[in-house]
Amino acid sequence: MIPTAFEYERATSLDDAVAKLAAAGGAGKLIAGGHSLVPLMKLRLSEPTVLIDIAHIPDFAGIREVDRKIEIGAGTTHHDVATSPLLRERCPAVADAAAVIGDPQVRNRGTLGGSLAHADPAADYPAVMLAVDADLHIKGSKGWRVVAARDFVQGVFTVDLAPDEVLARVTFAPVRTAAYAKLHQQASRFAIVGVAAALEVRGGLIASARIGLTGAASSPVRLSNVEAALGGQPASSETAAAAARFGGAGIDDLNSDIHASAEYRRAMIPVFTRRALDGALARLAG
Amino acid sequence: MASPVLPKLVGQRVKRREDPRLIQGRGTYVDDVKITGMQHLAFKRSDIAHGRIRSIDTSAAEAVDGVEAVFTGAQIAEFLGPMPIGTPFPSPDHRAVASDVVRYVGEPVAVVVARDRYVARDAADAVTIEYDPLPVVVDPEQALTGQPAVLHADFPNNAAVGPLPSGTGASPKAVDDTAIDQAFAEADVVVSQRMVNHRLAPTSIEPRGVVAHYEPGKDAMTIWSSTQNPHILRTFIAALTGLGQDQVRAIAPEVGGGFGSKINIYGEEYVAAALSKRLGLPLKWVEDRSEAFLCTIHGRDILAYVDLAARRDGTVLGLKLRLVADIGAYNMLLTAAIPTLTMTMASNVYAIPAIRATLTEVFTNKTPTDAYRGAGRPEAIYFVERAMDMLARELGVDPAEVRRRNFIPSDRFPFKTQTGAVYDSGDYAKALDRALEKAGWEGLKAERDAARAEGRLVGLGLSMYVEVCGVGPSSGLPTGGWEHSQVTVERDGRVSATTGASPHGQGNETTFAQMLADQLGIPMEHVRIHHGDTGVVKQGIGTFGSRSQAVGGAALHLAGGKVKKKMAKFAAALLEAHEGDLVFENGTISVKGSPSSAKSFADVAGYAYRPVKLPEGLEPGLSEEAFFEPSNNTYPFGCHIAMLEVDRDTGEPRLLKMVAVDDAGHLINPLIVEGQIHGGLAQGIGQALIEEVAYSDDGQPLTGSFMDYAIPRASDFPRFELESTVTPTPVNPLGAKGVGEAGTIGSTPCIVSAAVDALSGFGVRHVDMMLRPERLWRVINGGQA
Ligand SMILES: Cc1cc2nc3c(=O)[nH]c(=O)nc-3n(C[C@H](O)[C@H](O)[C@H](O)COP(=O)(O)OP(=O)(O)OC[C@H]3O[C@@H](n4cnc5c(N)ncnc54)[C@H](O)[C@@H]3O)c2cc1C
Repeated sequence: MIPTAFEYERATSLDDAVAKLAAAGGAGKLIAGGHSLVPLMKLRLSEPTVLIDIAHIPDFAGIREVDRKIEIGAGTTHHDVATSPLLRERCPAVADAAAVIGDPQVRNRGTLGGSLAHADPAADYPAVMLAVDADLHIKGSKGWRVVAARDFVQGVFTVDLAPDEVLARVTFAPVRTAAYAKLHQQASRFAIVGVAAALEVRGGLIASARIGLTGAASSPVRLSNVEAALGGQPASSETAAAAARFGGAGIDDLNSDIHASAEYRRAMIPVFTRRALDGALARLAG
Repeated sequence: MASPVLPKLVGQRVKRREDPRLIQGRGTYVDDVKITGMQHLAFKRSDIAHGRIRSIDTSAAEAVDGVEAVFTGAQIAEFLGPMPIGTPFPSPDHRAVASDVVRYVGEPVAVVVARDRYVARDAADAVTIEYDPLPVVVDPEQALTGQPAVLHADFPNNAAVGPLPSGTGASPKAVDDTAIDQAFAEADVVVSQRMVNHRLAPTSIEPRGVVAHYEPGKDAMTIWSSTQNPHILRTFIAALTGLGQDQVRAIAPEVGGGFGSKINIYGEEYVAAALSKRLGLPLKWVEDRSEAFLCTIHGRDILAYVDLAARRDGTVLGLKLRLVADIGAYNMLLTAAIPTLTMTMASNVYAIPAIRATLTEVFTNKTPTDAYRGAGRPEAIYFVERAMDMLARELGVDPAEVRRRNFIPSDRFPFKTQTGAVYDSGDYAKALDRALEKAGWEGLKAERDAARAEGRLVGLGLSMYVEVCGVGPSSGLPTGGWEHSQVTVERDGRVSATTGASPHGQGNETTFAQMLADQLGIPMEHVRIHHGDTGVVKQGIGTFGSRSQAVGGAALHLAGGKVKKKMAKFAAALLEAHEGDLVFENGTISVKGSPSSAKSFADVAGYAYRPVKLPEGLEPGLSEEAFFEPSNNTYPFGCHIAMLEVDRDTGEPRLLKMVAVDDAGHLINPLIVEGQIHGGLAQGIGQALIEEVAYSDDGQPLTGSFMDYAIPRASDFPRFELESTVTPTPVNPLGAKGVGEAGTIGSTPCIVSAAVDALSGFGVRHVDMMLRPERLWRVINGGQA
């Protein structure tokens, strides 16, 4: 529970963070909320020699709407996402997911950027980011680039982020008819299975659907067969029930641990897909 | 001037006086102890479950800047002997630091002494060890075959104890099975089930820690430790460091919970003491959470083959209990004794005419077990109550009724069970009736049935328990089973009292002050309770087995009575009255019926310390001590009822209602009693629903942190509905029985029974804990639990 020795630096701006990362030459790590990094350091599973604190960069946190898109700064805490009036109004599923992360201490410190960059296969945000089809805005020595959420995660704890890059913010078009449903792992409160469903409903029909799954497999995925089964169907509970059944089919890298076997996870995907869909449909009325 | 009238405090819900300082972070724990020149220890621990040490290279560790010394197990063995145990059972050689073979992940292999904690930890990492791996055994029943590994050469087939038949003590005598055989021959019904009461981690909020300070100039040692029993610690530390007990002072400062795990004296404590003496340096070691999961003892881990024989009318005729206790790799202080309590308590609240329990304890490549809240009794009650529930289901009788039919009647106490326990007092029907009434049992059944009609999986569980507390007469404990207290009325009339019952969350500072305030007729604010320091508290045993109040409180009561008696003599002299006519109240001492005669308590105290005319036969001063030796343990009991719903889709259990009626005899402070029950319920329900220590087949712990080992959160529970019945014990002058463990004992079986009831539609008779959602989901989906 005692990390190896490290230097601590505080970044004053995004560019400063990038410069400090570059100067550290691979031995540096950004620290935001520290709620994934510090546990790893205490177990000596991560041994950075320089920590670059990005939590104090001005304007690194915040939630706003720009050109009909929601923009969330990477430094925004889970708590601020969970309680954002803007998100509650325009895209409540994202707030829902933040609200069920860990416990109050975790939500008060942990950040959206940290969660996405860390890419825990059981983290909650990745599912919603897939469902809202988010774009991730990344700043590095070579400048800005944008990566779609669906391309960002490359595997367990691995993402499309170079050692000198900082995830600055996330943008997405808000979807009101969306929801997140989660089966908690009792100890950590991470997701054994988490499903986010975002629906576009026109004239009582589901015009399009995006379903993101987390927890169950080695990395977050879209449930394309469920999405296909929903397309063009009436926006009803019956549709949801019928389509949810396809959830989990075809996924072959299911996780298995003391908390839940692969078989159980497979069985839970349709259950939570259905719950997420019902949750999204319930927002049609409201 | 008349003093304000002081209310009687015993029986009142007085708030804990400990809490403000603890809640505000103003307590002093072991880690807060700092001594000039103090060095820090870190242990290099085995990362494999079983292996022979081929080589240890400490050179890199020694080269780390700030390292004072590095010791291997072999080097430590030159000046520190094997770790003692506190039970009469045979035990393999167990060293604080292994020198030859490691037998569980986390076993110490080398120790570093360094300038600070961080350097010590870096240096421990730099120690390199090569092992020849040995086969690993983690399943206790497999271990009993002696394959694939035997942990200790002197213990064939890994059998640490037994098979030991009940009622025979450590050395089995001839066993007569006629009665039990006859019971089973006569039975109309027999229910049989293999059940597992799985392994738990105690997880006290403050991990263990020790500061050892040997002062060569004084040839004396002071040792601070997060322990439940500083006097026992002193005894063992003195013995292993070659010092006399007069040369060792043990201090338990604020102790942030123990749940039994801090009864044991651990290798780290012996090493700190022995190295401090050898190096002449103050040394500190504070456990981190990862170490706590690996190296602090675990609890429970007993499996049972239970057979219950009964007549069709529900009368139980006989109980067979074949117990296999997985004690891990070594015997610790009380390890071997804990499962024997499971045998002793196998009769529960029932007059079972024939019982045959047999116990085998087994070594496996896991962390050693020892006392964990309840310690042997939760296991017994779990096995018996689950079996009673199965019997009720088999006979189609209400679970409350089956139990009632078999109660030991209230007029048959003291009652000797077939397993040798002598219950002091009890009124089990009263507790059951109160619980049924409080829960609204008939209404709950209707509610359950209505929910079921809607397709919901709702179930009810009920359990009765009796446990053994107020541990216990000296015949039953190698340390002695008494407790000690000294009560001093100071010159200014304030009162300092000591107790050997060393609290770690029990609130003794409050309850004991309430008692003395009433006894001496003074404000509670004038009473201070000292504990946890062998330099201040002359004698003591410690806090375990729910004994603080029943034994420690009784000693305090006796000492308080003695000092009051002496003070009355001084007051009688001052008031020119007969000592038997005096009244102690409202901070005064007066002659009965003549309040105007009152002398203030402080004035009488002052006189006792400057007795210008010393009453005949009296010594000056007001300081009296007492040892209290109970004539028996106490046997609190109760009835717990739970309502639980299982999610049909996911198997997730959700507790809807929890009613607990507990009888702990007279209550000094109902608020503190409720706190104890709340905590106990949380841990008992935690075992049933979310807590489990798990190992892989190769002995690697799979629950090494709170990310994988769940402990209950307040939000996991409905509001607990509590009530007490009061059946005093005759074995101590307070009539108090003890309540620290009750909650963990009654709750676990009723939660599991409620889950089985909820799933009864799927034909299930029993589900082993913990009730992981997946396990219940499998029952719902027709698979094996
Ligand atoms: C007890 C507990 C329970 C938890 N339960 C849950 C749960 O239920 N669901 C869930 O989703 N999560 C859970 N978490 C994880 C939590 O959400 C973390 O806070 C989050 O994953 C990381 O965010 P952070 O700001 O703390 O990142 P940090 O720990 O500071 O950093 C994590 C990693 O991301 C990198 N990083 C951080 N910010 C950036 C950035 N802007 N750009 C590039 N790289 C960056 C860091 O270098 C580091 O490698 C839990 C954590 C704990 C301790």
